[in-house]
Amino acid sequence: MNQMQNFTKGFLKENPILVLVLGTCPTLATTSSSMNGLGMGLATTFVLIGSNVFISLLKDLIPDTVRIPAFIVVIATFVTIVDLMMQAYVPSLYETLGIFIPLIVVNCIVLGRAEAYASKNTVWSSFVDGAGMGLGFTLALGVLGAVREILGSGSLFGYKFIEGEGILVFILAPGAFIALGYLIAVVNKINKARKA
Amino acid sequence: MEYILLIISAMLVNNVVLAQYLGVCPFLGVSNKVSTALGMSGAVVFVIVLATMATYLVYTYVLIPLGIAFMQTITFILVIAFLVQMVEIILKKISRPLYQALGIFLPLITTNCAVLGVALLVIKKDYDLVTGVIYGGATAMGFGLALVIMAGIREQMELANIPEGMKGVPVSLVTAGILAMAFMGFAGLV
Repeated sequence: MNQMQNFTKGFLKENPILVLVLGTCPTLATTSSSMNGLGMGLATTFVLIGSNVFISLLKDLIPDTVRIPAFIVVIATFVTIVDLMMQAYVPSLYETLGIFIPLIVVNCIVLGRAEAYASKNTVWSSFVDGAGMGLGFTLALGVLGAVREILGSGSLFGYKFIEGEGILVFILAPGAFIALGYLIAVVNKINKARKA
Repeated sequence: MEYILLIISAMLVNNVVLAQYLGVCPFLGVSNKVSTALGMSGAVVFVIVLATMATYLVYTYVLIPLGIAFMQTITFILVIAFLVQMVEIILKKISRPLYQALGIFLPLITTNCAVLGVALLVIKKDYDLVTGVIYGGATAMGFGLALVIMAGIREQMELANIPEGMKGVPVSLVTAGILAMAFMGFAGLV
């Protein structure tokens, strides 16, 4: 597989949310608007790239038996960096995302890529993999956020273009589950059509 | 009275899965059968109560005095991982039947974001130890309740004729959405 394919596989074919269905908690929690979704996506992408590169660099030093705790410490370090940076530079977004920033630690995507990819591949491939997966995650969050924001408040990135109230339920928890369910069904359909 | 309100609020009104979006992965993953759902719920209640206690003590008596509260994410996840491992070993030694009931779920719990989420929320909401533990227990029972209801629905759904593209995850998510809507009815309770 060349690097380009490696990069783009996270977008549709192996999209972490829509195909692998990993990391559903932050997906549902942070997509009440497209802006929040993108913010969360980018924060996760940073952690994913950082941990992937670092773990790939350290893969020969980490003994096999304690690799999972070691990976978690590396990931938690990057999460703390993001946490502190966001608190300093984008305090309003930090407030909205709340505990979901520290919870990137237990996002299965990050540990999943560390275990399945970065611990076996070169630094550069791991970087590309992290970036691709991270952007795929961001893309899915952005799309879901956009769908929910349009249906729920008739706006996109805070810009209101439909008059009136909107369907409130899409901003709330039930709408998150339902919108994600249908989005996954659509992506299933697309992927099936591409294969055929 | 205060505690009863706290329990109702944590269990029903702000249900951990259906209103706070924590622990969705295991919620979708192990809700195929009521019996497994019950086992998982038991394990989660057990671990969350212990983890809330442990992380609270570590935070108050180690991180704060040392002035390294910003290390809470790293510390908490390690404490939880350690705790889960310990619980597994101890259970195996002292209670064979309990281990058989909960054992296979324990390793899965480390990556359950509800555990870390509750630990972080207790610190964020400034609860004291007793309130924190009660809050943790009630939240975990809320998780169990949602999981068991979901498993019951999914057992029935096996027999339904679902469109091809909606099979599996999508229909589970839509069901969870409707369940969440039902839980919104508790909103006026507290």
